[in-house]
Amino acid sequence: MSISHTLLGLLEAGPRHGYDLKRAFDERFGHDRPLHYGQVYSTMSRLLKNGLVEVDGIEAGDGPERKRYAITDAGITDVGNWLGTPEKPEPYLQSTLYTKVVLALLTGRDAAELLDTQRAEHLRMMRELTRRKTGGDLADQLICDHALFHLEADLRWLELAAARLDKLAREVGA
Amino acid sequence: MTSSTTGGAGALLTATALRKTYGSTSALDGAHFSINPGEIVAVMGPSGSGKSTLLHCLAGIVTPDEGTVHYRGHELSAMSDAERSALRRGDFGFVFQFGQLVPELTCVENVALPLRLTGVDRRSAEAKAVEWMERLEVDTVRHKRPGQVSGGQGQRVAIARALVASPRVLFADEPTGALDSLNGERVMELLTEAARETRAAVVLVTHESRVAAYSDREVVVRDGKARDLAGMAGAA
Repeated sequence: MSISHTLLGLLEAGPRHGYDLKRAFDERFGHDRPLHYGQVYSTMSRLLKNGLVEVDGIEAGDGPERKRYAITDAGITDVGNWLGTPEKPEPYLQSTLYTKVVLALLTGRDAAELLDTQRAEHLRMMRELTRRKTGGDLADQLICDHALFHLEADLRWLELAAARLDKLAREVGA
Repeated sequence: MTSSTTGGAGALLTATALRKTYGSTSALDGAHFSINPGEIVAVMGPSGSGKSTLLHCLAGIVTPDEGTVHYRGHELSAMSDAERSALRRGDFGFVFQFGQLVPELTCVENVALPLRLTGVDRRSAEAKAVEWMERLEVDTVRHKRPGQVSGGQGQRVAIARALVASPRVLFADEPTGALDSLNGERVMELLTEAARETRAAVVLVTHESRVAAYSDREVVVRDGKARDLAGMAGAA
């Protein structure tokens, strides 16, 4: 995920302080990985330098002064371009799992056991996400569903790989 | 009671070394299985792996060629047909991929059927049936016939019917197989919620990992053997 574009997009609703931006980001998108303050401020200074945001006001307080940022027209165009560009589908052709399976076969280890252990771990994670989804709001449900569908795709691959282990062993010369 | 490789002394239903062949095809080849009261166990595996045969053996629908199935300490194959039938009417509940509702009866009559078969009077049986239909969010179709309701509604009616007699074990064979994602998900939520409340054990046969994710643990059936995945997880 592009943090800079996400922060820019959040600014489109109106000017905000860095702290408010972090909070808005964490609430909506940072379920597992909240932003560090440092990330927000370094991103904002880069956006400022590139003319995508501007300082809308500065408040002096007890601590360091607080800048309020506003998005510029160039920033709005940048967000529009980002949203309109499809993400590159990642085919994961050389996945770690595939590598592990081949290595297990080449070294005479139990590849079926490896696949079952991975399967159990995937299912454990899916169970956790399902629980979280059941008790969550719509945002939680959609986030968990996205993860669940990806894990499901992995699991299908694990099943297919398990069904083709003998053939794979012959092909890799194990 | 015969011990098993999984579960424990408190197991409700246990299968040991089941073998079953159909002609020259081996459906089960030494499968073990065990489930505790209130536990939800997903039975997974590719098509033709023997998972439905395992369910049928556990439910006493099919008799294994070898091996034993014990329910609360009693061996199923040692029971008479009448005893096994009584077990399937009272202690066991069933949900299949297609609801298998009786088309001539209304939905509420379908749900009340297991109670009527055990001698409960019509009024009490239907009152209880309505309670379950409310719980499964299908009380609005109570007077419709199965042919007049959607697939998702029909499946919820089937679940209400399976649970109305408070079974100790619910056998669900691909219960969401004929439903779209959203409907399937809701059916699974309602099914597992109801099972947990009533402490019914659920044997959930499915090939969908998203459905299996509603279970407490998974057993994979492959080449007629059942493998318990519990305890195998633990990422590096």
